[in-house]
Amino acid sequence: MDFHYTSFLLSVVVASTPLLLAAAGELVAERAGVLNLGVEGMMLVSAVIAFAVAVTTGSSTLGILAGVSAGVLTSLIFAVLTLSFLSNQVATGLALTIFGTGLSALIGKAYVGMVVKRLPQIHVPGLSDIPFFGPVFFGQDVLVYLSFALVCAIYWFLFKTHAGLVLRAVGDSHDAAHAIGFPVIKIRYLAVMFGGGMAGLAGAYMAIAYNTSWSEGMTAGRGWIALALVVFATWRPFWLVVGAYLFGSIMYLSLYIQGFGVHIPSQFISALPYASTVVVLVAISRDRKRIRLNAPASLGKTFHAAG
Amino acid sequence: MQLKLEPRGFQSKFWSYASPVLAIALTIATMAVIFLVLGKDPVISLYTFLIEPLVAENGATELLVKASPLILMGVGISLAYRANVWDIGAEGEFTIGALFGGGIGLAFPDLPFSLLFPLMLIAGMIGGMLWAMLVALLRTQFNANEILTSLMLTYIAQLILIYMVTGPWRDPQGFGFPQTAMFSANATNPTIIEGTRLHLGIFFALAAAAAGWLLLTRSLLGFQLRVQGFAPRAARFAGFKETRLVWTALALTGGLAGIAGTLEVSGPIGQLTPQISPGYGYTAIIVAFLGRLHPIGVVFAALLLGLSYLGGEAAQIELALPSAVTGIFQGVLLFYLLGCDTLILYRLRLRSSRPAALRA
Repeated sequence: MDFHYTSFLLSVVVASTPLLLAAAGELVAERAGVLNLGVEGMMLVSAVIAFAVAVTTGSSTLGILAGVSAGVLTSLIFAVLTLSFLSNQVATGLALTIFGTGLSALIGKAYVGMVVKRLPQIHVPGLSDIPFFGPVFFGQDVLVYLSFALVCAIYWFLFKTHAGLVLRAVGDSHDAAHAIGFPVIKIRYLAVMFGGGMAGLAGAYMAIAYNTSWSEGMTAGRGWIALALVVFATWRPFWLVVGAYLFGSIMYLSLYIQGFGVHIPSQFISALPYASTVVVLVAISRDRKRIRLNAPASLGKTFHAAG
Repeated sequence: MQLKLEPRGFQSKFWSYASPVLAIALTIATMAVIFLVLGKDPVISLYTFLIEPLVAENGATELLVKASPLILMGVGISLAYRANVWDIGAEGEFTIGALFGGGIGLAFPDLPFSLLFPLMLIAGMIGGMLWAMLVALLRTQFNANEILTSLMLTYIAQLILIYMVTGPWRDPQGFGFPQTAMFSANATNPTIIEGTRLHLGIFFALAAAAAGWLLLTRSLLGFQLRVQGFAPRAARFAGFKETRLVWTALALTGGLAGIAGTLEVSGPIGQLTPQISPGYGYTAIIVAFLGRLHPIGVVFAALLLGLSYLGGEAAQIELALPSAVTGIFQGVLLFYLLGCDTLILYRLRLRSSRPAALRA
């Protein structure tokens, strides 16, 4: 097997995109002070819905839209419980993942074994045909470009707009933000729903671009890795790109090495992304000051307006 | 008119008991709707899911077989969560415990039962503890979030299990199946009622619940765990060592999960295979919450969640429903429970918007 830089890079991009999408959504929710551990569950439900719609209608676009809607709807369950019923965010997020895993398996039963047409890679005449650079920069599918555009948009929104400043204020001190008169709960609802929509995009990507079929639990912990990436990026959008592509490379490499016939038990190689997540978390978190300075101060705390 | 939550200013004792009951009722109603949507008769489906497993032959003992690992892990998780140690990796600790305990059973099949079986349990406990204490090490020394590390370690534990049963420990006479040899009679967790699968696990589970209850309500350590979770600042002022409590909580959770894993593979399963748990470690989290993070409550909660496994199997066989309905039931139950728990600290008030506007 020869090593093809182009196909290697293309595969890394495909492996990294769902991580980037899901992590970017979670970053916004966490910046507003909400820790949603249900990313894995939202991704699974979105993946199966996106797949079902794409397979029935034959349209990737409808599939993606359905996936996003499914992500928003599942995140709403979480939002209602944590924001309106003031439930514990950690427990509710876990519940969302348990629920999502079960629901997706139930819905997906009818779709096991079916195959959908892969989300097409765009082709810019001339540009896409340049050797190496062409396919890497001008031959990806539309969600890859969208993921970068969204990260830039999130950065711009969070740090260059007034609304973003308010969102961060809510995440850093919900009491102060409330006292000034900002609608803490409403802002958090929107942030959680945005996170749900992004997890929905990530799930849709898994089902109709990364894979072209549905299988139970197909996200294989990517939702959790996305959560770790937000810590890795210390809540800064552009660092998410670094983290997502680092992990995308590790994930693809672990597949690649197995295909290469290296004599390492395949399970050890499959464990690589999970082990790397632990290592990266440790490397970032050990600097307590850096975490404290960057983490939204109200992250995970329940807000109830007095009076 | 607007529905408002008003702080009670205290914890309602009534609602801390009524909330699980209300949540269970709402879950059953929701399941009826889900069955209807799936095109099944809701009454027959609910009967198949919740009642039939109990009245079936060996129904009661099968329920205890499912409840035993849930109790063992639910007790540990309850103690840890009370101290705000969010270990969600009991599934991995269960797996590593099964590997350690099962490994001893495979290595010394001819030792007498009275020596071998306790050795297996101790090894299983140590295995689970080590895996959980890795999480403790990462949190206390490196400040790494235990939710994420414990879950990542669970994925790794499952891969280690698959590696062992497809590689070094694979049964050479197993026709290439990824599984170890069956445990010898001396390494087998004995059944306590002839003709059923009920094994020693239930005694360990009840003992763990009793010990957990004593620890929580009658010991200084239990007090420290509760204060650490409820008022970390007060715990600091009182001189409780947070680090030590984190280590203790995780060692307890992991040790109990490891024992559960060993009991399960040496009992109902009889060998090590890639599939040794239908997600007991995650279900035990729901058990802990439903049981009010209280070891005695955990016993009752484990019976209900154990029933959801039996119900899922029955629904699969008789109604041709996917066994995933078990996961849905569990997830919906936890959602409702968390929602209903709001009533412990808050009361619902109907408020017209006018007085509020006047006040402003």
